[in-house]
Amino acid sequence: MATNNNFRTCPDTGLQFHRPAETLMKVNAVAGVVCMLIGGIMGLGVGLTRWPAVHFLPADAFYLALTSHGINILIFWLIFFEVAVLYFCSSTLLRCRLATPRWGWASFALMVIGAVMNNVAVLQGRSSVMMTSYAPMSADPMFYLGLILFAVGALIACFIFLGTLVIAKAEKTYEGSISLVTFGALTAAIIAIFTIASGAIILIPTFLWSIGYINSIDGLMYRVIWWAMGHSSQQINVAAHIAVWYAIVGVAFGAKPLSEKVSRFAFLLYILFLQLASAHHLLVDPGISSEWKIFNTSYAMYLAVMASMIHGLTVPGAMEAAQRKRGLNKGLFEWLRKAPWGNPTFSATILSLVIFGFLGGISGVMMGTEQLNLIIHNTLYVPGHFHATVAAGTTLAFMGLTYWLLPVLFRRKLILPGLAKWQPYLFGLGVTGMSLFMMAAGTLGVPRRHWDMSFSGAALQHDFPATAFTMMALNGMSAVLAVVGGGLFILLVVGSLLLGKKLGEDEKLPEAIIAEPVSDYHGIGIGRVSIPGTLTLALIFLTVFVLYYFVNWKYLGQTWGLS
Amino acid sequence: MTTYSTTGKTNWWKEPIESVELIWIGLVVVWGLIMTFMMPYWHVVGKQNLSNESYKTKPEVYLKKAEAMVSEHTVRTIGQQELPVVAPPVGSDVYLVARLWEWWPALELKKGQSYRLHLSSLDWQHGFSLQPENINLQIVPGYETVVTITPTTSGELSVVCNEYCGIGHHNMIGKIFVTE
Ligand code: HEM
Ligand SMILES: [Cu+2]
Ligand SMILES: [Cu+2]
Repeated sequence: MATNNNFRTCPDTGLQFHRPAETLMKVNAVAGVVCMLIGGIMGLGVGLTRWPAVHFLPADAFYLALTSHGINILIFWLIFFEVAVLYFCSSTLLRCRLATPRWGWASFALMVIGAVMNNVAVLQGRSSVMMTSYAPMSADPMFYLGLILFAVGALIACFIFLGTLVIAKAEKTYEGSISLVTFGALTAAIIAIFTIASGAIILIPTFLWSIGYINSIDGLMYRVIWWAMGHSSQQINVAAHIAVWYAIVGVAFGAKPLSEKVSRFAFLLYILFLQLASAHHLLVDPGISSEWKIFNTSYAMYLAVMASMIHGLTVPGAMEAAQRKRGLNKGLFEWLRKAPWGNPTFSATILSLVIFGFLGGISGVMMGTEQLNLIIHNTLYVPGHFHATVAAGTTLAFMGLTYWLLPVLFRRKLILPGLAKWQPYLFGLGVTGMSLFMMAAGTLGVPRRHWDMSFSGAALQHDFPATAFTMMALNGMSAVLAVVGGGLFILLVVGSLLLGKKLGEDEKLPEAIIAEPVSDYHGIGIGRVSIPGTLTLALIFLTVFVLYYFVNWKYLGQTWGLS
Repeated sequence: MTTYSTTGKTNWWKEPIESVELIWIGLVVVWGLIMTFMMPYWHVVGKQNLSNESYKTKPEVYLKKAEAMVSEHTVRTIGQQELPVVAPPVGSDVYLVARLWEWWPALELKKGQSYRLHLSSLDWQHGFSLQPENINLQIVPGYETVVTITPTTSGELSVVCNEYCGIGHHNMIGKIFVTE
């Protein structure tokens, strides 16, 4: 191991931080939060514009804000934070020095330059092309170049992560296999490398086209390859936030996985099967056969869906088992009732899990069915779905982890803990509302990425049902709630970093922030079922899923005949 | 050994699997198979499937075909723009043009009859969204999609564009009239 003053041991958790890695984690996380702030402000503008009675922004500003919202929050916020997670899961969790911190800085610099360049291009107003930038609509060359530089930076970070795993193995800094959390991060990194390669294949030619070196870009080819990146990058988010779920049930409850084998296998399924599922973005595209669509959405996607459903059982299952082992073994739900609901790390995580599963998961599988996609493609149903997955699922999980990292990594005490208690609920409620109301509006036909559902300046008219307008008003109110919740998070984090009480290197917090590990799971549960509460919830989930799935076939069956 | 600890066992793959996990995996596999089955099943018994018939085309070529149809079957015009309304023969090939920022022409169809609807864009990507039926198709320039449609409702329907296509996107509305 390297010289010891290059490391510090956290007095509360016993985790060992490699100082250069620690600094890199901090800067990446902070950069992420800055992008979240920009993206959130844009989100507010978008949400208020789509509230018909408010109709806040003019059309050009709306499309600009929506482009900026998508890119800053989906790409920049999440990936900056994921880089911090990768460094944490390798260097810190494996007690190992980070491979080449210098390259870590190169990676960070590229990502910052790329993000700034892209933001400048978008703000100049000539690149309001949405984050998907579907060719042959074109943006300023800086727009693509910014994204490419950002991606190269992220790619370097992935290789630093892999390099750190290699060093840890060679220097024997850990025993046995890498932990489940690190394994989850490894899954995310592998998928990220595939994703960025696909991104390069499509964005580099598009960039060359925007500066005139290439004559044309085929729109369909663009979509197929763009979604190989666009879809898999969502899988990075899922793998990363599930690794965070496991980490949090580990630190908060001392939980171990029910069985390592199952949880690891589920991560492996992501790597094996999700890449192909980009098909579900192309279900109503021309030139693609039904056989290809069905193969890729069933074989490839349902195995990955299965993986998520496994994690959806094993994460709360591990928590239940650990709680029961600690004595909360009564009835079905004592373990859940007596959970630390006032601890934002915990509440953010459990909300992330529930909203991701019930809203994001079920709606995603429904939309990803070849024929059912016909009744929701490009309607507001789609943003309804993915706010449940990335805004609630990934963002809330990362928020929960951030609360925990404030003392552990940043050595600062959280300011205003009384407000922090409420923050995950505010944000969670806002996003849940947005998700449900956008899905409802989408079911009524309201298009996504659309400035004016009342078509005031159009030559011909269409009237959406009055309920659709109500849904959009409710969506606007939920958006305000979500922005208040998200803004509060940024306030608490930035406030703590600047004003929170500094913790000395060896100063312990008054309360424990890491639970004693449980040794085994013997003698818990009801009868032979070790985790009856989680099983009950899982069965309720499956019932809702099945009903909702078939209701949509019924809707489809009522529309015009198509063949 | 917790989810994150560095002192792992090396033999985790030999440990037995929790019975709850096995039950759950079993259920999930069965459900996945049912969902896999539904898609081909609907191709056989369902009435809403895409034929996936499509061709590569060029904007000029596609526009010519649409213009030929319009000059032959226009029955009236609507709106200040005098958008032609075309009543094509039952069962015929019907061409709908998507371009910045209109659907051209408007169509008049008969309820319960089938038509081969062709869709393509002359410029950027657009989204065919038939309201209030809520049928949605992606339109990509250079590709001509063909779907056989059979209206089961009558009245005035709208074609809303639901793929972002620039600053006039929200004004891009077309019309399909269905007569009894
Ligand atoms: C702060 C709360 C948020 C508000 C008020 C908000 C609002 C919205 C609204 C209303 C739309 C749909 C607009 C349309 O299609 O016309 C949208 C799109 C989107 N949102 Fe959010 N959102 C929030 C948070 C998030 C978060 C946390 C993420 C991701 C981590 C996210 C990712 C996206 C993406 C990727 C789009 C699609 C952009 C596009 O169509 O190109 N949003 N947002
Ligand atoms: Cu359009
Ligand atoms: Cu459009």
